[in-house]
Amino acid sequence: MTENSTATVWHEVASPFCGIASDDLTIQVSGNNIKVLENGDAVTRPGFETPISDLQPRIQGKEVTLDQAVSHIADLLINSKQPLIAGLGTDLNGARSAMALADKSGATIDSFYSPAAFRNILVLQDTGYMTTTLTEVRNRVDLLLVVGTDVESTFPRFFERMIWNKESMFGQDIESREVIYLGKKPSGDASTSPKGKKAQVIGCDNADLPEVVSVLRALLKGKPVQAEAVAGVAVSELQTLADRLMAAKYSVVTWSAGQLDFDHAEATIQNVCELIKEINATTRSNGLPLGGKEGDTTVNAVASWQSGYPMRTTFNRRFPDYDPFLNDGRRILAEGESDVVIWVSSFNTTVTPPKTSATTIVLGRSGMQFETEPEVYIPVGVPGIDHEGRTFRTDSVVSVPLRKLRDSGLPSVFEVLSAVEQAL
Amino acid sequence: MLLKLTGGRIFDPAHDQNDVVRDIYIRDGRIVEKPTDGRVDEEIDVRGKVIMAGAIDMHTHIGGGKVNIARTMLPEDHAQAVYERTELLRSGTGHAAPSTLTTGYRYAEMGYTAGFEPAVLPINARQAHMEMHDTPIIDKGGYVMLGSDDFLLRMMAANSDQEAINNYVAWTINHAQAVGLKVVNPGGISAFKFNQRKLDLDEKNDFYGVTPRDILHRLSTAVKEIGVPHPLHVHGCNLGVPGNMQTTLDTIQGAEGLPMHLTHIQFHSYGTEGDFKFSSGAAEIAEAINKHKNITVDVGQILFGQTVTASGDNMRQFAGAPHAHPNKWVCMDIECEAGCGVVPFKYKDQSYVNALQWMIGLETFLMVDDPWRIFLTTDHPNGAPFTSYPHLIKLLMDKSFRNDMLSTLHPEAQKATHLASLDREYSLYEIAIMTRAGAAKLVGLADRGHLGIGAAADITVYTDNSDREKMFEKPDYVFKDGEMVVRQGQVIKITWGTTHVVKPEYDVSIEKPLQEYFDKFHTLKMSNFKISNDEIVDDGRGSLTIQPLHKGGRL
Repeated sequence: MTENSTATVWHEVASPFCGIASDDLTIQVSGNNIKVLENGDAVTRPGFETPISDLQPRIQGKEVTLDQAVSHIADLLINSKQPLIAGLGTDLNGARSAMALADKSGATIDSFYSPAAFRNILVLQDTGYMTTTLTEVRNRVDLLLVVGTDVESTFPRFFERMIWNKESMFGQDIESREVIYLGKKPSGDASTSPKGKKAQVIGCDNADLPEVVSVLRALLKGKPVQAEAVAGVAVSELQTLADRLMAAKYSVVTWSAGQLDFDHAEATIQNVCELIKEINATTRSNGLPLGGKEGDTTVNAVASWQSGYPMRTTFNRRFPDYDPFLNDGRRILAEGESDVVIWVSSFNTTVTPPKTSATTIVLGRSGMQFETEPEVYIPVGVPGIDHEGRTFRTDSVVSVPLRKLRDSGLPSVFEVLSAVEQAL
Repeated sequence: MLLKLTGGRIFDPAHDQNDVVRDIYIRDGRIVEKPTDGRVDEEIDVRGKVIMAGAIDMHTHIGGGKVNIARTMLPEDHAQAVYERTELLRSGTGHAAPSTLTTGYRYAEMGYTAGFEPAVLPINARQAHMEMHDTPIIDKGGYVMLGSDDFLLRMMAANSDQEAINNYVAWTINHAQAVGLKVVNPGGISAFKFNQRKLDLDEKNDFYGVTPRDILHRLSTAVKEIGVPHPLHVHGCNLGVPGNMQTTLDTIQGAEGLPMHLTHIQFHSYGTEGDFKFSSGAAEIAEAINKHKNITVDVGQILFGQTVTASGDNMRQFAGAPHAHPNKWVCMDIECEAGCGVVPFKYKDQSYVNALQWMIGLETFLMVDDPWRIFLTTDHPNGAPFTSYPHLIKLLMDKSFRNDMLSTLHPEAQKATHLASLDREYSLYEIAIMTRAGAAKLVGLADRGHLGIGAAADITVYTDNSDREKMFEKPDYVFKDGEMVVRQGQVIKITWGTTHVVKPEYDVSIEKPLQEYFDKFHTLKMSNFKISNDEIVDDGRGSLTIQPLHKGGRL
């Protein structure tokens, strides 16, 4: 990172908008306008370049000062029977302040991204897994199996950075890397090798993955399979895949839980994770769950170290009380079980609160549009643009520093929620 | 404001004070001379009380990725230990892997004022510091982990000179904001990525051709030459493997006189004798420790019950995964640098192996002569949660209690130990050495662990009680940097401890190959890898304390 004062160009900027948190972006800042000059993509460009449109907090649509908004939120919380803190697109310190506020106000806390994140967390809490991280993949993978996921639509630079990098540390011929899709096929050519070798696709509907993955696991364990096809996939094709996984030296099996959007997808992810463990009886193989954008990994990490539990924890009995079903924020709002919701979304103007009967407070990225004006709206700064911060990558191991690129005057989520906590 | 603690019985081994009655004066967080004018603002009568410096846990897994995986994976364990919010305290949970706030409160309530995370992966150091930042009252710090990282192994395979390795080690300690250097299963975590399933001291990593012995030698030399006070912190090869005592004896021999700290030695002291092919090697190991004055150890005592093992040693954790209880576990390969493994475990007193592990730990405590070179740990949470320390202190100080416990354990294990014949009982003075003066000296904390003039006023006041467990679980008062934070075992004030680091010098030329390495192979930029001092200060309540270096060797 260097700042060139004449051109205000920033180098080696990390992106919190994608779970792989690429940190090689070059960004130009003039006033409040931002342009990604190098290494931008379809996710990071709108992430950085969305303009600021409003700076002033509002109560019932009327502009107020930040202090007025804060004390109004405090009043609402004091009178709330069951508050919910949700959305939670925020950085490290935003998450810390949300946890402190939840603890003090007896709120329930859950993230907008939980439906996907919990498909993995439930597996962790039931049987665990073997996983790897991005730099290991970049240098070691010889066979990448993609399960039910179109990687490039949500992680546009994944293949460029992790699979088709120029060089591996261990002298591997990069071109020899194999990519196999199980389930949906890729939407573009990112998975095609530099010399034009296309990924193999073993196609099926995602809804059929439970069955297909079960058969693959059975084959890997050497169990006899009578059927000749499963969900339209020839068992012989799965046998070949199983053989290749067993022959690979360092296979990586990846999925994005956000795209495995079918009932009880966690059970399929669990089967994937268990088959990875079983492959490791003789050779090496690892999972790589992809996700974690816009604070998703961060809020779960912070909640776990501060309370022992990830999201979907309530403090309404004065201690952390975890239930991945009862404390599902969407369910709580749909059932009308919360009377005040604080919706935090500092990265993304399109992540707005759901329709709800609860009194709604929004700490949102400037420019957020609402169908129904919330009771309180505070435009907040974006971590990594308007203020410094830190965010976790998809692997939940690496966290990156986020820089303050401009001086917009927008408050951070941490500042607002800490002020609310003080005012209680 | 001048505070006087009047008439306590001082146990301050750093100043050879064993049960000496004297007053202590505190001003601005420090222990000061008696004021010349005799004026005191506040006086606390501690006549008859036992006074020690705040205790220091020199090896406790309190922060970083694997600890947080352990937390997330164990909701059922937390549900049995929930802590309500109070006017003063945040709520929290956890027995085996407590939340950060709970961790700080519990340590303080037991009279501990510092804890050191022993396995900070450089790439995960930022997270370790975030978690420790959210751990109240106690001071903290970390030992950064190298030895299976590809940058070092590449240097070694290329036969780089020692000076370059020294530079790399010093650079890493600086930018990970660490106070020491750790190595875990030297080279073994890397070997596991190449599908090797074990790595003995003299066995080569398949890819690099480097042995654990080479790595230990290079890193322990580096630590000495760059002047880091804490000796290389070694989690050796073959953890938990029956017969590993020979590896440990060879490691001690192979240190060639260089300072080396062998951590959780209990897990590395196993023989293969007897019907169960599992026996105690404690006598031989203790003898070797007694003989080699360059060696220090902490025990990693196991105590019975549910806990979770969290380690950088994914090679050995993978091997141990079939014993997971409950049956769930995580292993990870991490960033061409390290790995981790998290395996919940329940130690059972009617298991021959677990009972013998308990005995081996205690045998080691009792057979190592010099309390300045052995430290009281359970390798929290791997042997047991840190909250069991008062119980462990009682086992060390009370022979009849120890033998009563022993008599309830697996009968065959009882036959395999001489523990019942060991008469030694630790004294209060020896406990103060192990948990205060010795620990501070070992970590390299100049101003902690003692009660001399100028020391930080981290002070614990106990009521003497022949039931040592009761005595040590609930001190009368704990002072942190001169402020009373605990009264009658209850936290009464929240402070935020400092982060102890060392800043060894390095030649900036090391950044040239590092920059190239990051750009070519890594998924993070070198500039973003570095943790700034501001990140430790963070929201304002953190602080950095730079501890002095020893005189280095070559740089």
